[in-house]
Amino acid sequence: MSDKNKVKPLVTPMRPKLGIFKFASCDGCQLSILNLEDDLLALGQALDIAYFPEASSDMREGPYDIALVEGSITTPEDAHRILSVREQATVLITIGACATAGGIQALRNWADVDAFKRAVYPSPQYIQSLSTSTAISEHVRVDFELWGCPIDKAQLLRVLTDLLAGVQPRLPTHSVCIECKRREIVCVMVAKGIPCLGPVTRTGCGAICPSMGRDCYGCFGPAEGMHEGPGLPPNTASLAKEFHQRLNLIPVEVLRRFRGINGAVKPFREESQAWERNEA
Amino acid sequence: MSESKETKTRTIAVDLIARVEGEGALRVTVKDGVVQDVELRIFEPPRFFEAFLVGRHYDEVPDIVARICGICPVAYQMSAVHALEQIFAVSVEGALRDLRRMIYCGEWIESHTLHVYMLHAPDFLGYASAIAMAKDHPEIVTRGLRLKKAGNALMTLLGGRSVHPVSVKVGGFSRVPLRRELEGLKEELLWARDAAVETVRWVAGFDYPDFAQDYTFVALRPPDEYPFNEGPILSSGGVKISAVEFEHHFREEQAPYSTALQCRLNGASYLVGPLARLNLNHDHLSPLGKLALADTRLSLPLCNPFHAIVARSVEILYAIEETLRIIDRYEPPPSPSVPVTVRAGTGMACTEAPRGILYHRYRVDGDGLIREAKIVPPTSQNQRRIEEDLRAYLPSVLDLSNEQAAMGCEKVIRCYDPCISCATHFLKLDIQRDR
Ligand code: SF4
Ligand code: SF4
Repeated sequence: MSDKNKVKPLVTPMRPKLGIFKFASCDGCQLSILNLEDDLLALGQALDIAYFPEASSDMREGPYDIALVEGSITTPEDAHRILSVREQATVLITIGACATAGGIQALRNWADVDAFKRAVYPSPQYIQSLSTSTAISEHVRVDFELWGCPIDKAQLLRVLTDLLAGVQPRLPTHSVCIECKRREIVCVMVAKGIPCLGPVTRTGCGAICPSMGRDCYGCFGPAEGMHEGPGLPPNTASLAKEFHQRLNLIPVEVLRRFRGINGAVKPFREESQAWERNEA
Repeated sequence: MSESKETKTRTIAVDLIARVEGEGALRVTVKDGVVQDVELRIFEPPRFFEAFLVGRHYDEVPDIVARICGICPVAYQMSAVHALEQIFAVSVEGALRDLRRMIYCGEWIESHTLHVYMLHAPDFLGYASAIAMAKDHPEIVTRGLRLKKAGNALMTLLGGRSVHPVSVKVGGFSRVPLRRELEGLKEELLWARDAAVETVRWVAGFDYPDFAQDYTFVALRPPDEYPFNEGPILSSGGVKISAVEFEHHFREEQAPYSTALQCRLNGASYLVGPLARLNLNHDHLSPLGKLALADTRLSLPLCNPFHAIVARSVEILYAIEETLRIIDRYEPPPSPSVPVTVRAGTGMACTEAPRGILYHRYRVDGDGLIREAKIVPPTSQNQRRIEEDLRAYLPSVLDLSNEQAAMGCEKVIRCYDPCISCATHFLKLDIQRDR
């Protein structure tokens, strides 16, 4: 995790060329770009948006100074296409849980994809799909990862602004709990006994779920650098034990907590697998 | 794009349809001046939601299905919670029901405005994008962005955020707003209401191709309100059924020339979405909506797919007015949700996503775990109808260059605001992509 998110300062031309690419995803992160609203037109002035098929039929070829990549790799064709995106991009930034961690569709990684195909499609032989859904970083070098399902648009704006200014972008990696304390939100785990993933989840959303009276389900992926130090994974084991022993979750329920939107990313993946073994 | 000189066979292709959500392509073959195959191809990778929902707990469903589509997450959440509530015999009434309508209004405002201003209007005014359009028409694009933002603000207040809201649950919400929080939105919504009236007027002034089609419209049709979450399913052909009977009449089939699933009503194509909804429910518009519609001088039923942008704009206005009405009568409910007792069973529900009816069916066991899931999104229902429109449209552009013909076809497709991301179960196609 730690050597990623180090972008070589971009030697930017006057108006850097931006390309936005989509792989397997729900389009929510691209929508977050369109949701910039007040800043969207300014962004269109500061950057030359050369490739953004969702928003423009003017599609120009690379190279691109910055490529934003949404979505995970789930088909042989896409595994090939990402290579050409990488080739054309100076800085490649993944946006969202799909591109950064494999996304919700990575739940297939624990299943028999052929059985999935048969369950969903009448003619499964037409389906070309890999047996896994993987993060972009498993295929090509990634310069910066933006977490979230969806990303936080303010974080995106900040990263782009930093890049334009030739500054190394940095985003906080501490847990959602700190955000709860800052905002004086009553802890749903302490007050209501709801199993919350906030202690091991990366900040970025501003603790949306606890502010809405419910548990965090980990959509910003694993936090780092809390008690463990920068770049180190969060203590998922201790939280899982808490869920099991104090909140009475049975092992399969603990497993499901970790196997969600970001289930394929290492700390969460390993924790869910540990409870799969407990279950057996 | 290719044209073979030696034979009289001509292929018109759009390798990547722009300004739609998700990824799709179109291939048309013409032989001796006659249209042969029209294939709208969906190459959105399969994501298997219906498969991995199996084994999850029912209370996880709203968070999971929201991820099917970032553009209409509320629609997925609403169809899901209604189907699950049917199983548990839970009824959500009064203020909670109002809030559900309201968050859906937020999604309609946001999604419709995105399409009207950013994806569709550029076609009528001759721009590649709204950002390009902003150079000549800054005040219009700014109005669109502000209108869209009003929808987002509504979703954010009720759902925590506008993409993948977090508060929706079986039985209600995890948190409901205070009266004053809703009051705080009012001023902007009053501005938005005027902006929506202007939007209807603006789009009604566009130059529309003469292209009326013979559609079977399908929409929810509640007895006394414009549809969002409930109501029998009505077709202009006389079918009137409840969501429970959906699969008796609507079948997903595989066309012989295409591998994508297409839904048919008793074997034939049909149309869902704003045009269908407006044609079947215009009498439920409020007086202002009726006035704005009358002001366009278009006569009902609207049978031209290009007029969908007008229907969409009228629905933005409706959603804003409905929100204002709900704010005025809002009394916070005693609890943000009603209690739920788990029991085994099967439930079906249909709600009105911005792009048309969205059907969900779930089977749940006694532990509240999902045993089976079926989801039929609007784009799969409209797909067949889009192809038929293209078939009818193509003769009028066959004399043009391939490039211009392809551009025309793309415009027809964009009228539908197809949301290809909602590819819960489109088939993956093996196609060559020119990139
Ligand atoms: S509600 Fe969740 S995120 Fe907030 S302090 Fe409690 S455990 Fe942490
Ligand atoms: S609280 Fe957790 S699940 Fe909710 S938005 Fe934030 S990171 Fe995502």
